[in-house]
Amino acid sequence: MALSGMRGLSVFISDVRNCQNKEQERLRVDKELGNVRTRFKNEKGLSPYEKKKYVWKMLYIYMLGYDVDFGHMEAVSLISAPKYPEKQVGYIVTACLLNENHDFLRLAINTVRNDIIGRNETFQCLALTLVGNIGGREFAESLAADVQKLLISSSCRPLVRKKAALCLLRLYRKNPDVVNVDGWADRMAQLLDERDLGVLTSSMSLLVALVSNNHEAYWSCLPKCVKTLERLARNQDIPQEYTYYGIPSPWLQVKTMRALQYFPTVEDPNTRRSLFEVLQRILMGTDVVKNVNKNNASHAVLFEALALVMHLDAEKEMMSQCVALLGKFIAVREPNIRYLGLENMTRMLMVTDVQDIIKRHQAQIITSLKDPDISIRRRALDLLYGMCDVSNAKDIVEELLQYLSSADFAMREELSLKAAILAEKFAPDLSWYVDVILQLIDKAGDFVSDDIWFRVVQFVTNNEDLQSYAAAKAREYLNKPAIHETMVKVSAYILGEYGHLLARRPGYSPKELFTIIHEKHPTVSTSTIPILLSSYAKILMHTQPPEPELQNQIWTIFNKYESCIDVEIQQRAAEYFALSRKGASLMDILAEMPKFPERQSALIRKAEDAEVDTAEQSAIKLRAQQQMSTALVVTDQRPPNGMPAQPSIGPLSLVKVPSETVDSQNPGDQGLTHPNGVVYKEDPQPPSQDIIGDLLGTLSIEGPPGAVAQSPQSATYEAEGAPSAADAAALVPVGEESGSVQPIGNINERFYALCLKDSGVLYEDPNIQIGIKAEWRAHQGRLVLFLGNKNTASLGSVQALILPPTHLKMELSLVPETIPPRAQVQCPLEVMNLRPSRDVAVLDFSYKFGPTMVNVKLRLPAVLNKFLQPITVSPEEFFPQWRSLSGPPLKLQEVVRGVRPLPLPEMANLFNTYRLTVCPGLDPNPNNLVASTTFYSETTRAMLCLVRIETDPADRTQLRMTVASGDPTLTFELKEFIKEQLVSIPTAPQRPQGPAAPPPPVAQITAPPPAASQDPGALLAGLL
Amino acid sequence: MIHFVLLISRQGKVRLTKWYSPYSQKERSKVIRELSGIVLNRGPKLCNFVEWRGHRVVYRRYAGLYFCMCIDEADNELEVLDIIHHFVEILDRYFGSVCELDLIFNFHKAYYILDEVLIAGEFQESSKRTIIRLLSTHDSMVEMAKEEATSIGNMIAQVTK
Repeated sequence: MALSGMRGLSVFISDVRNCQNKEQERLRVDKELGNVRTRFKNEKGLSPYEKKKYVWKMLYIYMLGYDVDFGHMEAVSLISAPKYPEKQVGYIVTACLLNENHDFLRLAINTVRNDIIGRNETFQCLALTLVGNIGGREFAESLAADVQKLLISSSCRPLVRKKAALCLLRLYRKNPDVVNVDGWADRMAQLLDERDLGVLTSSMSLLVALVSNNHEAYWSCLPKCVKTLERLARNQDIPQEYTYYGIPSPWLQVKTMRALQYFPTVEDPNTRRSLFEVLQRILMGTDVVKNVNKNNASHAVLFEALALVMHLDAEKEMMSQCVALLGKFIAVREPNIRYLGLENMTRMLMVTDVQDIIKRHQAQIITSLKDPDISIRRRALDLLYGMCDVSNAKDIVEELLQYLSSADFAMREELSLKAAILAEKFAPDLSWYVDVILQLIDKAGDFVSDDIWFRVVQFVTNNEDLQSYAAAKAREYLNKPAIHETMVKVSAYILGEYGHLLARRPGYSPKELFTIIHEKHPTVSTSTIPILLSSYAKILMHTQPPEPELQNQIWTIFNKYESCIDVEIQQRAAEYFALSRKGASLMDILAEMPKFPERQSALIRKAEDAEVDTAEQSAIKLRAQQQMSTALVVTDQRPPNGMPAQPSIGPLSLVKVPSETVDSQNPGDQGLTHPNGVVYKEDPQPPSQDIIGDLLGTLSIEGPPGAVAQSPQSATYEAEGAPSAADAAALVPVGEESGSVQPIGNINERFYALCLKDSGVLYEDPNIQIGIKAEWRAHQGRLVLFLGNKNTASLGSVQALILPPTHLKMELSLVPETIPPRAQVQCPLEVMNLRPSRDVAVLDFSYKFGPTMVNVKLRLPAVLNKFLQPITVSPEEFFPQWRSLSGPPLKLQEVVRGVRPLPLPEMANLFNTYRLTVCPGLDPNPNNLVASTTFYSETTRAMLCLVRIETDPADRTQLRMTVASGDPTLTFELKEFIKEQLVSIPTAPQRPQGPAAPPPPVAQITAPPPAASQDPGALLAGLL
Repeated sequence: MIHFVLLISRQGKVRLTKWYSPYSQKERSKVIRELSGIVLNRGPKLCNFVEWRGHRVVYRRYAGLYFCMCIDEADNELEVLDIIHHFVEILDRYFGSVCELDLIFNFHKAYYILDEVLIAGEFQESSKRTIIRLLSTHDSMVEMAKEEATSIGNMIAQVTK
């Protein structure tokens, strides 16, 4: 048993193991520590053997969890021992006890360096290992050059060089300047020709670190990586000892594919082809087998290959193969594969447009939300969160709500936050949103942060249609016998504000509302009382004519709280009491809260801030930002009409975003998901049943009886100190409010303004302003984007991508990656109109400011009317044309209802601004209007269009419209276009903007200190 | 990269710790406490990955011993699981059907073996044969030094007799 060869050490270990309890163990350890300490004090008497033994003992004690705050010096000093056994102990123990920030380590630098540059190979290995494991900046600066020399030296054996490679990797991580890019890139490429697979593996790790910072410099390594991967995947010339369960070094394969993921693309067509062949081979050739270790190894390679395919944004066919594979993975029994399947699906969401295929697995993913394994549940939650959009929000959010009641405490906060965010972002209608949030509060009130209920109050305040609905809902919840305090807050607030809207319904009289709210009063804490008081004051104000009995009741309450110790409550009580005697002025002061200015949801912002910057989480972040513009539209006064693809009338549907066209092309590819023939047999054996799993099976037999008897005891005392899994709660909102970027002004309004004029601002936020100037000539146009950096720091990662609809050909000149401080960059954009269409091009614009990535999708004002040229036609030209275009499809007529009433001259003006020339006098009827224009596109060339509008002076909301042109599509598109303009004229802002909103009166009167305030109005104003 | 390696017994006893990222003494004990709470309480037949403080912990149980490695979220979990098993196989070959007691009484050797598998939290050598060969060279060097010491000791003893 005592293999250690050091009797004293073995005896000590046995002693510790034989201790009956923690106390005995501590005594034994303390005794030993005292012994070691005295021995070290009179160091002169210590033989190297003894020193070595005591240092080992120290490490053992340290490992048991005791503080070892002496003896570090002795460990470090052993490094300079002349003989191998002592030196080795010095190196190992130092590397275990100290970390890179430890002062003692400095003392060793010289000795370590001497060992590195010395001739003794074994010493070189020891030194490189220490530096590789705990070397810090100082080591990097003084040793990097020597380590580099060893790595490329032809006289060194592989065992030294592989250590040198990883050692250099560590030093590079501590200080990237130690690797001189210019000199090192070629060397690195040479290293990849290495025949020894150990050295190659270590070098590949080094390359991964280098390219992750600067891929430009290492282009020459790319083809070599592909070669290496080919060699491994085809098992060509791989020594037997470098295969692991029959797979040529899975580690090297994974590393190589990891390195390849740092190059943006593979440009050389030959290299690209061979890489895809290899990837295809890996994707197709990996089966689930019985041996769990073989499985792990082959799937490690497979998942890395998947990541690489995603990165390369391969052909559609390969992508759908990947999704199909992942779809199988998430349904297999083997939990590791299931976990990774879900994780990689989440990653896939951001990389490519495969959402629709992923959505088909929704049911399976929801099943995983109920998996016995919390790790898998978390992945499922993340994936559901990432894949949620308008089409499936209802299902997903309702699943989350249902799961909430049974979810682990560790997950509830994250779950409620995510459900709240999804409900807000993708609500098909706002009443559903209110339902969701109230259910959330009802089911998991403790885990619903204040932000969530502030947000619902904000929505209700800003949407009149919602107010009575919310009040009714709030009333329903108050009927329940026991409700969460947060629910009391929301309900009281909403009923105070809007309860009066339902006053005629039975059960909603002021008296009844007051009673039902006040019933909850005894159960709430002081933080809720101010809200209740405001509610009572509002109920009182809405009671017309006053009811003396109710008035007295409420006054009594105000009276009671006038002497409350809590300042906030006292002040409110006193002020409301005084105010409620003022009669009419009460009405002004307690009037309904004004609308909140539209801002990005504080929730979404917080979620973004709280997310750690990791691959798939930043994907979600990215998506959240992309959808920001949608979120703004949702919060617009008009509820969205469900599916965006549905043609509907209103400013939202003025244009169709071309992504729909892209979506509709997808179904063709969806059939290709299965034929790749990868078979996943379920492993009938649980993982631990594997042969190697039993590797240590003999253990319990060999263990002395004492150890077995001791185990329950030690298990208890160890468990007591262990924190519960709940501490690991992942997504805790933090108090920080900064970091996200808000657009200045309304993006929609800016767009509509630019549809009518040719220059102006398209987008603006605190960091950047995007201006546009356009010139149109016939079917061509030239736009110039002016990207102006408003900051004194430069903006990085600037990317502008044009998503053109099919009818426009667009070419954007190069957009620089960074915009210098206070500089303006001009990017010309050439547009050519191919066909008549109302679709609109979208500019996908992103930049990075500090750590924040900002991404906006902006519609470009290259709309149909830009390709019109006004033209005046004489009656002689008009009538023959009009008659020759005799009927559908060239001439279309439609009665349009719901027109925004306009006096005829104004309508004529409107036509003129859209470049349709109104020709007075052509139509004898003064209530009619005739206009003409020329439309230019590549297919239609110049095409005359004629329009006639017949209005009804008795009913200005309806009219008959006739549009004619020589091209059926053009006739149709132009007719729809004009209709959209008439039905809703989106130029004027429909609601008062920010500054117009008066400050909340309640906040004015009570003037609470902002930090202590519990009034949601005041808090919201601060929060949003 | 691998931030640290922990070997914990089913009773929560630490059998080996190796830190590749700088953790202070205090943080180290906290990490061990937290993770043994999480890992030891996981049932059988669950996956080998645990999410912990923005990191992933890949673990695998061999008899009564849990091998845990903490990695970044973007790292390849199965690759690390392969590293764990590779390490165990080397231990097994070196000790000959290894058991927990081998690792307790020879913890210093376990450290030495780990240093041949990982450096800087990165995988170093996939050939078991190469590693085993190195280990035996190492052992023979220690033996030689010991014999030398005893022979010198004997000589001194004889001289002083």
